[in-house]
Amino acid sequence: MAFPYRLDAPELPDFSMLKRLARDQLIYLLEQLPGRKDLFIEADLMSPLDRIANVSILKQHEVDKLYKVENKPALSYSEQLCFLVRPRIKNMRYIANLVNADKLAGRTRKYKVIFSPQKFYACEMVLEEEGIYGDVSCDEWAFSLLPLDVDLLSMELPEFFRDYFLEGDQRWINTVAQALHLLSTLYGPFPNCYGIGRCAKMSYDLWRKLEEEEDSETKGRRPEIGHIFLLDRDMDFVTALCSQVVYEGLVDDTFRIKCGSVDFGPEVTSSDKSLKVLLNAEDKVFSEIRNEHFSNVFGFLSQKARNLQAQYDRRRGMDIKQMKNFVSQELKGLKQEHRLLSLHIGACESIMKKKTKQDFQELIKTEHALLEGFNIRESTNYIEEHIDRQVSPIESLRLMCLLSITENGLNPKDYRSLKTQYLQSYGPEHLLTFSNLRRAGLLTEQAPGDTLTAVESKVSKLVTDKAAGKITDAFSSLAKRSNFRAISKKLNLIPRVDGEYDLKVPRDMAYIFSGAYVPLSCRIIEQVLERRSWQGLDEVVRLLNCSEFAFTDMAKEDKASSESLRLILVVFLGGCTFSEISALRFLGREKGYRFIFLTTAITNSARLMEAMSEVKA
Amino acid sequence: MGNEVLQNRVLDARIFHTEFGSGVAILTGAYRFTLSANVGDLKLRRMPEVPGLQSAPSCWTTLCHDRVPHILLAVGPDLYILDHATCSTVTPAGLAPGVSSFLQMAVSFTYRHLALFTDTGSIWMGTASLKEKLCEFNCNIRAPPKQMVWCSRPRSKERAVVVAWERRLMVVGNAPESIQFVLDEDSYLVPELDGVRIFSRTTHEFLHEVPVASEEIFKIASMAPGALLLEAQKEYEKESQKADEYLREIQELGQLTQAVQQCIEAAGHEHQPDMQKSLLRAASFGKCFLDRFPPDSFVHMCQDLRVLNAVRDYHIGIPLTYSQYKQLTIQVLLDRLVLRRLYPLAIQICEYLRLPEVQGVSRILAHWACYKVQQKDVSDEDVARAINQKLGDTPGVSYSDIAARAYGCGRTELAIKLLEYEPRSGEQVPLLLKMKRSKLALSKAIESGDTDLVFTVLLHLKNELNRGDFFMTLRNQPMALSLYRQFCKHQELDTLKDLYNQDDNHQELGSFHIRASYAAEERIEGRVAALQTAADAFYKAKNEFAAKATEDQMKLLRLQRRLQDELGGQFLDLPLHDTVTTLILGGHNKRAEQLARDFRIPDKRLWWLKLTALADLEDWEELEKFSKSKKSPIGYLPFVEICMKQHNKYEAKKYASRVGPEQKVKALLLVGDVAQAADVAIEHRNEAELSLVLSHCTGATDGATAEKIQRARAQAQKK
Repeated sequence: MAFPYRLDAPELPDFSMLKRLARDQLIYLLEQLPGRKDLFIEADLMSPLDRIANVSILKQHEVDKLYKVENKPALSYSEQLCFLVRPRIKNMRYIANLVNADKLAGRTRKYKVIFSPQKFYACEMVLEEEGIYGDVSCDEWAFSLLPLDVDLLSMELPEFFRDYFLEGDQRWINTVAQALHLLSTLYGPFPNCYGIGRCAKMSYDLWRKLEEEEDSETKGRRPEIGHIFLLDRDMDFVTALCSQVVYEGLVDDTFRIKCGSVDFGPEVTSSDKSLKVLLNAEDKVFSEIRNEHFSNVFGFLSQKARNLQAQYDRRRGMDIKQMKNFVSQELKGLKQEHRLLSLHIGACESIMKKKTKQDFQELIKTEHALLEGFNIRESTNYIEEHIDRQVSPIESLRLMCLLSITENGLNPKDYRSLKTQYLQSYGPEHLLTFSNLRRAGLLTEQAPGDTLTAVESKVSKLVTDKAAGKITDAFSSLAKRSNFRAISKKLNLIPRVDGEYDLKVPRDMAYIFSGAYVPLSCRIIEQVLERRSWQGLDEVVRLLNCSEFAFTDMAKEDKASSESLRLILVVFLGGCTFSEISALRFLGREKGYRFIFLTTAITNSARLMEAMSEVKA
Repeated sequence: MGNEVLQNRVLDARIFHTEFGSGVAILTGAYRFTLSANVGDLKLRRMPEVPGLQSAPSCWTTLCHDRVPHILLAVGPDLYILDHATCSTVTPAGLAPGVSSFLQMAVSFTYRHLALFTDTGSIWMGTASLKEKLCEFNCNIRAPPKQMVWCSRPRSKERAVVVAWERRLMVVGNAPESIQFVLDEDSYLVPELDGVRIFSRTTHEFLHEVPVASEEIFKIASMAPGALLLEAQKEYEKESQKADEYLREIQELGQLTQAVQQCIEAAGHEHQPDMQKSLLRAASFGKCFLDRFPPDSFVHMCQDLRVLNAVRDYHIGIPLTYSQYKQLTIQVLLDRLVLRRLYPLAIQICEYLRLPEVQGVSRILAHWACYKVQQKDVSDEDVARAINQKLGDTPGVSYSDIAARAYGCGRTELAIKLLEYEPRSGEQVPLLLKMKRSKLALSKAIESGDTDLVFTVLLHLKNELNRGDFFMTLRNQPMALSLYRQFCKHQELDTLKDLYNQDDNHQELGSFHIRASYAAEERIEGRVAALQTAADAFYKAKNEFAAKATEDQMKLLRLQRRLQDELGGQFLDLPLHDTVTTLILGGHNKRAEQLARDFRIPDKRLWWLKLTALADLEDWEELEKFSKSKKSPIGYLPFVEICMKQHNKYEAKKYASRVGPEQKVKALLLVGDVAQAADVAIEHRNEAELSLVLSHCTGATDGATAEKIQRARAQAQKK
């Protein structure tokens, strides 16, 4: 690795336990339905399931055939059907249709629904309304934490973002609290807790309640992880909206990393078929470049290639015995490295082809201008042209949002004209997308508070109501301003650069955005950890509209070892990007911390925008 | 049963116990029997008629064969057994002849044995099936006994029957002699697990077989180890050396352990605390001389006796024997105390025995609280406060259970107050719902942060309230509202609309109709109508932008429909931009321009659009014409770019010359004219441009140009 961790960096806890736990529980559930059965899996659960229990394990437990839950009639002839689904109403209807079709045909089978990560009352309600509640048995597979990497846990709940931040639906908060509870049971209590955001606060409170209710066995345990930091995604949309230029983020933006692995198409593998590649710390080549700025990656890879060649070349001067050694011990590793190297070089080429075009540079330039807040007119024109040329609906939307957040909303004229242009380019249904974005506070109009319509002000009044204290209201974001510029100034997010920013030897976390911008989310975490509280950050908290929802909670007795105190669990509610992960890994290396990431899902700008978009069904 | 009983009255009744619970059998005035095997689950069974029964049977009882209750009755010299279906006569095996009537019968505690008292004064004892005789005893008393009961003899397993007349009590067993006692008063016998209880107006006695340990110790001149140990202890207290002699004697026989055990056991069977004490003291004394005597039995006996003495106290009045207590278990004893509302004693016992709080103190406190809430004369506040003061946060106490009890007594307000103390919202909510305090339940559920709970309440509310009230409730609870909306979005679209309507939320109503316009409606007319509704809603919401946009969309839809009809091809649902592009691609330039005017497409967009479309068509002639139609609002660089994209260098060059000075270098480079680009850059004296050109210079071909640039640079630096 280009920047190795300090020698005294703490060891990471072993998260593979979570996988084993989930696997055992699933097997137990499958065995609750003895005999051969067909398993219907929801598409979104397929990749996570694959990381927990592969097909052969499922077959061992008498799963005959696997089906995807989709809107097609199932052609299963098994006498027992098992459904593994997320608790969504849509899925319940699918199951109900299937069961009712069987009933019509006079067929009786056994049905079992396994909800992951938990069952919702609403789902049972639907089963009841459809008249099949008595015919199916329901179970929960409490699989909420998938270790994607040694330091990365994902809940694989991409819908969390839309459900909570757009629809104001808090159902997943309980899941988050359960997940935290599981972590504290397995890895000891967290002596220091910090958080910011309404959702963070609610999750934290609920989690505490869970811990209190149970006769906590963790009380006597020594903490393994010294700090936990909960952060709402809506504290920092800007970072998530920027184009990623760190290798892992760029791979995600370009190819979409799904559940820790990526499908490299023929253009990368330089063969005629696609290849699914697992991207994590076990990939030796990848682990060295994942956190690097893209401009360094190619140089690094070619250096690596030369080294590899040299290693191969060594065999020329070998005698038989040495050769035997070489073949039996090193060759396999070299071959493996060779394979990975060629894959990543292929990926780089493919990215370069896509990104080094002038367009991309212009795009980055515009983004930087928006972050720094100069040439706003020019940037607005750029965005307009972007829309006019129908470059990409998601990209256009992203730029509009970035402009809106950095500028505290668009001025009324631009707001109307950009929206009009957008509708003309990408279709009228996006009128709903805009309404969503407005509600989430991503794309707003610069307006004094009094122009809020009657309904909205009524609702925002409710928010201040005492009874509504704990309630998120979807509309509350209307009343709040992003204040990005002021925060940026306060936290010094735009580094002053004298001369060229050396991306090879980064000075600060800004390197993940080519030295133009320190990610806000990571900066907040850095500042709080430094102070061990929110003290002195009052102004920032106020600007973030989060005065009520920033909290610190320290354990009174300090049983934590100094090593554990340098392990920090960061919880991103609503998703985090690979760039943020890279930035915090960098911070960790600088300060001797190790960060562990828990996110509801890995996200990036495109995913955020898609979550807000209304697409025709 | 009602009618029969009303008409004929109940003559007699028997209670009996089976493994299904306690049953009851009754004899009515019509001399018919009816029984129920379990009074908890009352199912009555009318037994068959006994032929020729004209008067009450001389005696009768209930038996249990194979878990089925039967009735045995005696009429004159005959015995009948009634089961569910039949009535059969039976004859006891080996009964002495001459019997003309049965005066009494008794079933043993275990229902296994039966005793019959005949008018010849003989007592027949045998199995309950009457098929086997155990013994027969003639007491020579022909007067009908007042009562006859079995006396269990747990130790010897021998059978014995106790017969009582007015002033005489007789114990009869498988022996030629009987034991007789004189009764001073009218008495009543109760057969129990290990003996017979004898009640009279002034006395309460217990007749039972003497346990082994007691017998060994207290038998006259007993030399049993226990007896010796008791003696040794007494002597020791008198400070006599005889203590040592006795002790030695026991030890020589190696029976000290046995002696201690005997003393402990015997203590258990004593009712007088003094006697218990001296026996225990003896045991404790003996223990001193033993190396490894496990202390448990001693300790437990002390504890048990203390508990027993406490409940035997006449204030309490539960005179259990030790064996009964052991059979009953402490939990049941506590339950009985609780039922008698002897809460303080129960708690003291729990504390004394150090029972876990959840099973012990908390449980009793909870019972106490449940009783407390029934005290109607105390105000709600006082009761709630008193309960909370006593219970505090005692683990295992469920305030919701207590509240449920309060509600059961009709004290809803008190129940609500009590629920305030319940820390688990999950427990509060169901009861609140039951009490029809749904709104309170809703806010509690919301406070808990558990969406599932909120949902439970919501659906409950939905069924309970009328729609209007339901919506009004939701209106004040944004979190519940958004949850319900989510549900409706998937399950009840119409309700969603009503919700928005009720709230006058025109913005969302508009969005709703927009969604409907492309999701629910198929026909164009329907879609346009939906859009019109949406537009109206947007106007009401003062969202003119959305209203206008929606109206434009209506216009576009109608137009697209017309285009599709007139020109064929697919127009419907295309964005405006794509509609115009499609028109151009189809060669309908006039229409395209008309459309652009109608929808006020900005110039820039139109130029981009036309440029892209014409290039796609590779209609270079038209493109050139278009480029000359007026000054391009987007400059000419895009023209160059797009031509190069189509690999038409020739056309690209045409436009390169028209590109404005700022982008000229870029344009020239695009068409591959490095030399000219270099010239322009040098002319501009622009360092960035120079390096851009330089980076495009490749090896041999552009060597000269590169040199030229280097020179220009050097010159510029000199200056």
